[in-house]
Amino acid sequence: MELDPLLLSRLQFAFVVCFHAIFPVFTIGLATFIAFLEALAFKTGNPLYTRLSRFWIQVFAVAFAMGVVSGIVMSFQFGTNWSNFSYAAANFIGPMLSYEVVTAFFLEAAFLGVLLFGRNKVPPGVHLFAACMVALGTIISTFWILAANSWMHTPVGTELTDGMFVVGSWREAIFNPSFPYRFTHMVLASFLTGSFVVAGVSAWYLLVGREVEANRRALSMCLWLILFLAPTQAVVGDYHGLNTLEHQPTKVAAIEGNWETTRGMPLLLFAIPDQENETNHFEIGLPKLGSLILTHDLDGEVPGLKEVAPEERPPVWIVFWAFRIMVGIGLLMIGCALAGLFLRAGGRYWRQPQFLNAMRLMTFAPFAAVLCGWIVTEVGRFPWVVYGQMSHAEGLTPSLTGGMVLFTLLGYIAVYAAIFSAGLYYLMLVLRAGLESIDQDDEEVHDIERPKRPLSASHVGIEEGGR
Amino acid sequence: MHGIDLTIIWAVIIAFGIMMYVLMDGFDLGVGILFPFAPDEDARDVMMNSVAPVWDGNETWLILGGAGLLAAFPLVYSVLMPALYIGVFLMLAGLIFRGVAFEFRFKAGSHRYLWNWAFAGGSMVAAFAQGAVVGAYIEGFNTLDGRYVGGALDWLTPFTVLTGLGLVAGYALLGSTWLIMKTEGHIQQWVYRLAPWLLAAVLAVFAVVSVWTPAVDPSAFERWFSVIRLIWIFPLSALLFALLVVRGLRRRQQSMPFVATMGMFAFTYLGLLVTKWPYVVPPNYTLWDAAAAPGSQLFLLIGMLFVIPVILAYTAWTYWVFRGKVKVGEGYH
Repeated sequence: MELDPLLLSRLQFAFVVCFHAIFPVFTIGLATFIAFLEALAFKTGNPLYTRLSRFWIQVFAVAFAMGVVSGIVMSFQFGTNWSNFSYAAANFIGPMLSYEVVTAFFLEAAFLGVLLFGRNKVPPGVHLFAACMVALGTIISTFWILAANSWMHTPVGTELTDGMFVVGSWREAIFNPSFPYRFTHMVLASFLTGSFVVAGVSAWYLLVGREVEANRRALSMCLWLILFLAPTQAVVGDYHGLNTLEHQPTKVAAIEGNWETTRGMPLLLFAIPDQENETNHFEIGLPKLGSLILTHDLDGEVPGLKEVAPEERPPVWIVFWAFRIMVGIGLLMIGCALAGLFLRAGGRYWRQPQFLNAMRLMTFAPFAAVLCGWIVTEVGRFPWVVYGQMSHAEGLTPSLTGGMVLFTLLGYIAVYAAIFSAGLYYLMLVLRAGLESIDQDDEEVHDIERPKRPLSASHVGIEEGGR
Repeated sequence: MHGIDLTIIWAVIIAFGIMMYVLMDGFDLGVGILFPFAPDEDARDVMMNSVAPVWDGNETWLILGGAGLLAAFPLVYSVLMPALYIGVFLMLAGLIFRGVAFEFRFKAGSHRYLWNWAFAGGSMVAAFAQGAVVGAYIEGFNTLDGRYVGGALDWLTPFTVLTGLGLVAGYALLGSTWLIMKTEGHIQQWVYRLAPWLLAAVLAVFAVVSVWTPAVDPSAFERWFSVIRLIWIFPLSALLFALLVVRGLRRRQQSMPFVATMGMFAFTYLGLLVTKWPYVVPPNYTLWDAAAAPGSQLFLLIGMLFVIPVILAYTAWTYWVFRGKVKVGEGYH
């Protein structure tokens, strides 16, 4: 069998970017939560918030360090595997990625150190300011990355001349038509991820009766946040979908599993799309609801996959199912928020084991939802790397052979498996040590052990699982 | 922007960034290369502690250089990355392993030796890959219409293996003189003994590469022997600094060997740049062929002019905070 460098390069990019994305999507949300805790501690003077913040800063440090390490790989992927795309899009993508690096550096240089190690060395107000700046910095980083990504979906403000996109209007290119929706959707997803992880870990501690007062407070805060965030995300997602219908109708057709342009399209709950025969098997759907959601009219016309040639259609089953998993998890999130609200009466939300167990299991759900969301949007734009202007095949590095990509793909899998199993294992140890580890925390001792590294923020030993 | 050539400004920024990277990540990679040869585990603790607070700041220059290259000289980025495909992967894998070893070695108990190897192996592989890149750069790239058209292993030739090993020795020299400055007692004695051998190895590679270069790159010969004679100031300065290293080591000076080694590196690097000027993708493309649109160069320049002074100030501050000797059994305060 001939190895296809195009398919393998796409797989490699998907692998490294998914692996990388897990960490920032969590740290962006967590950074904001920590800033929130610091603000509460500053305002109320309640040491409980300080303890919670100190514990979650440890977790943040580990996840942040892993995000940085995996991010280094990303900045080289564009050149190694997608050199034609890099060259063509460099005038826009280059400054966006560079500004992201600059932002991330700023964040790390100026404020991360103060947040991690400066609690007893700077005034409380300065420490709170550093926490806010770290949170803001992660969001600004998101801004640059999503500006670059959104432009690849809805490329405006640029003109393709002599094989290179030249930027005509920076404002138009950065704030391109899909950017506001994508950016809001992503930031909310990060907040939800942070909230669900904190809620899930707190629920786990509550189940085993550890540090009940602090963890109850954390769970309560997260449930309020989720009650606000989860329904908002559904609304934003809907707007994002309408925007996609306008700019990338084929992607929406794949999401809906809709082959023919039609009026009164059903909303499919289940189907097995058949790419070859241009149809679905075992359809279960709600009549006309699809048209209603997309056009706000029961008999609205929605475009089908057959509007474009077969080779311009994305692999429908991937987009179709990734979308349903994402939305399903979103609905589960709203369900959790409502259940939490219902169980407020009599404080049952932190005592009822079934609910706590459900929240514990939901810890991993937002990661799955985020990855599925990205799969929908990235697979769904097939075959375009810059939508409508440059295909994946055109963007690929011409000198690449299948063997080269297979070598590095296996290499990245091996490196990540070794490094990140160590990282995740350590994260689990930090979580297992829990809030109790904070009390013996002595930052001075810590400086001796390990100077100024993110993981120095925690002094959980690797093998003992304690200190 | 009449009167100001943004391309030249960017060339200076990128060249400066790469030099900062080579000098600064060079010594912490060098410490990693020397790791397996350390006299004992105490020495390894001290060695790692001596670079722990600064190494990731040092690597910032690599990321900044990579992203800046994409933004300012897309052609360089889109030719070099494919041409060095396997080498880039090895370098990244090496940097990841050693980066994570920094975090985990101090946390590990009985598995510490594994992290020692990750740190040393990662440093060696990354240094070798970077050295091979230098060699490949001297040899030039096989391009057609602005695209790399060579094979996956074109970058791996006897010449680039030599430059790769040369840079491993060079980084080890930087690392050893850094350790002379940052350690004391038996650890310092060990590096004092080691440094002359490393210097000899570096000078030997330097000599062989100088003789060999005209064979792989005829235009280099022309530049050195017919056009600008002033160019000889660079290798002569580098040799002068090498003598300072020797003198510093003889007299058991603390900081001089490190400073002089940096001088050696800087002038060798400048010599290389002048040899290739104005080609950035040898042998076919100049700076101006490779430049991004002026609007893009300007857009990013605004941010860079703001951030580079901050990076420099922050870097200086970090080195100031963590100045002085690192002692066995303790880190910095």
